[in-house]
Amino acid sequence: MTTAQTTSKSAAAIDKARAEGRAALIGYLPAGYPSVEETIAAGIALAENGADLIEIGIPYSDPVMDGQVIQAATTEALAKGFSVSQVFDVVQGITSRTDAAVLVMTYWNPVVRMGVDEFSRRLAEAGGAGLITPDLIPDEAAEWMEASDKYGLDRVFLVAPSSTTERMQRTVDASRGFVYAVSIMGVTGARTSVSTAAKDVVAAAHAAGAERVCVGLGVSNAGQVREIAAYAEGVIVGTALVAAIRDGGVDAVAALTKDLSTGLSRTGLTEEEA
Amino acid sequence: MAEAPSGNADNDTDNNAAEAFLQGGSLKHAPGPYFGSYGGRWMPESLIAALDELEETFNKAKEDPEFRAQIADLNKNYSGRPSLLTEAKRFSQHAGGVRIFLKREDLNHTGSHKINNVLGQALLAKRMGKTRVIAETGAGQHGVASATAAALMGLECVVYMGAEDCRRQALNVARMELLGATVIPVTSGSQTLKDAINDALRDWVANVDNTHYLLGTAAGAHPFPAMVRYFHEVIGEEARAQILEQEGRLPDAVCACIGGGSNAIGIFHGFLDDPSVKIYGFEAGGDGVDTGRHAATITLGKPGVLHGARSYLMQDDDGQTIESHSISAGLDYPGVGPEHSYLADIGRVSYEPITDSEAMESFRLLCRTEGIIPAIESSHALAGAIKVGRRLAAEAAASGGTAQDKIVIVNLSGRGDKDVATAAEWFNLLDKDSAESEIGKEGEQL
Ligand SMILES: Cc1ncc(COP(=O)(O)O)c(C=O)c1O
Repeated sequence: MTTAQTTSKSAAAIDKARAEGRAALIGYLPAGYPSVEETIAAGIALAENGADLIEIGIPYSDPVMDGQVIQAATTEALAKGFSVSQVFDVVQGITSRTDAAVLVMTYWNPVVRMGVDEFSRRLAEAGGAGLITPDLIPDEAAEWMEASDKYGLDRVFLVAPSSTTERMQRTVDASRGFVYAVSIMGVTGARTSVSTAAKDVVAAAHAAGAERVCVGLGVSNAGQVREIAAYAEGVIVGTALVAAIRDGGVDAVAALTKDLSTGLSRTGLTEEEA
Repeated sequence: MAEAPSGNADNDTDNNAAEAFLQGGSLKHAPGPYFGSYGGRWMPESLIAALDELEETFNKAKEDPEFRAQIADLNKNYSGRPSLLTEAKRFSQHAGGVRIFLKREDLNHTGSHKINNVLGQALLAKRMGKTRVIAETGAGQHGVASATAAALMGLECVVYMGAEDCRRQALNVARMELLGATVIPVTSGSQTLKDAINDALRDWVANVDNTHYLLGTAAGAHPFPAMVRYFHEVIGEEARAQILEQEGRLPDAVCACIGGGSNAIGIFHGFLDDPSVKIYGFEAGGDGVDTGRHAATITLGKPGVLHGARSYLMQDDDGQTIESHSISAGLDYPGVGPEHSYLADIGRVSYEPITDSEAMESFRLLCRTEGIIPAIESSHALAGAIKVGRRLAAEAAASGGTAQDKIVIVNLSGRGDKDVATAAEWFNLLDKDSAESEIGKEGEQL
């Protein structure tokens, strides 16, 4: 790594939670749903009710990793005229009023279109922590590696139950901030139980040297949060929060976040694991 | 995988490639993952293991005499290959008098080139021990071909098709169901072919253990572009051998239509290393490239990433995919295979748009001059061949030769039985001499 000095906002937020003896909570919201103002308000509500990191999704025409709830939300945001630059307003709106680390989750083409360097510069300027990239693997990320180093941004790549040992290593090595462990072979969407695969993916990522591994896909309630908090550094909740803002607005996001955060404390965690 | 090139259009690489070609290097058998700065794997990590497995299985199969024998046997005894190379003498008179030969992929079983690819991929699915194949389809041609191959090989088959297309192509839905496939109407996004691909990818992520994604064109993540091309290379190999046998010489030009680019790359491949052969790809110009309602991806798109590959793409300033429009469902796709983007950049292949009206005129012309009803997709290549023929004729005249000395091969990628309703409506409307833009809109809504 050329810039070894880069300090990671995501890592700092996760480490702060760890110092409190708990896992970090990461909440996802699609930008511009139901409006840019409400995304900012909901982001602040997330931070005020127990989320340590916030993931803001850029609505995209072809979201292949998303299930129906998130698809419906992002399709609506696009229909209402959401434009990519507005994601920086959302990030700025949240980072200027909370301590949460704010990452942007985006399919890659909108970044390519704006220019990887330009996008990164604006994200850093807005106070953003980095990018989560569901359809960008390290193999294709040369430009992003360079830009993320230049602007001190975290690069959160995904690992999956299907990742081989070799790919796991490559992805862990390329990541900064944390590694996103996909809990299940599938797309986003609430599920009644957390797959047992999740624990194995986290163990494999740890074995490859990852210090911070966060689990996402399908997590929707405090019980599932508790289960994952026992073995991962962070828990990512998406669809359930999108359904909350859809059905009950910012207040529902606040209430759900408060409830989810009750699952974070790691009872029975050994000194060594912490 | 090889090291990724920088994401910016890499002109140095491209110029080097063009130079290598001019100096006698080969453009054939490009293995991927990259074609210049195009191609690659812009895909979720969850699917990379499956792509690796497919790549490995394909690479082994290619070198395996038993696999090659299986393909050769299916091509001959199931699809009916080799397909004919038919001279279109009366049609040629409308193309400046050059000699036009049709590569008759319309005569294959299921009526188009699509069968070449589905048989190959279904065999690979079996080699990988998969019991289920999924596919996307626009008008239903690739869906029908996939259902056919699945029936033949005893695989479960699920086809994703835009809800609107299901309604428009009810007969093809019935055809797939008769062949034992399940058709799932896609209601997400714009409910078109690109959304059918999205839903197929979502299915694949969830079921990758027992499922192969049988992608229908030479696009998508590595190894699909190189692999789909491999299964269609037979078109170009046959055409080249046939014209040499029938006429004792190579053609002056080869023409094909471009949807995702599979029939085109298949026939082009046979001639890529023959510098004397000009190669043309014809994209769907829809209502016209200046109307915004078209599918002329290379002509007007910009490089971007969609469905796993970096390639030319119809997109807005935010990188959102723009919906394409064409009277031909098989060409109605806002992306294009990465090898075509590369061949365009290095100047080996020329890509030009053909409007709905031009394509339909050529459709009627071929029906009436040759007794062959072409697919509307293929009619774009026919319309292009008329333009190329006239240019070649003019060149011949200027240099004191005759048009009769010029030979053009057109890939007639499919038959037009599926398009009879569209064509009937189109020409009835023409008789009522409605405004052309109106006709275009009506044609779309068939
Ligand atoms: C007859 C025919 N030709 C051409 C195409 C376009 O596809 P491709 O560009 O992959 O050959 C299709 C697609 O459905 C088709 O049915």
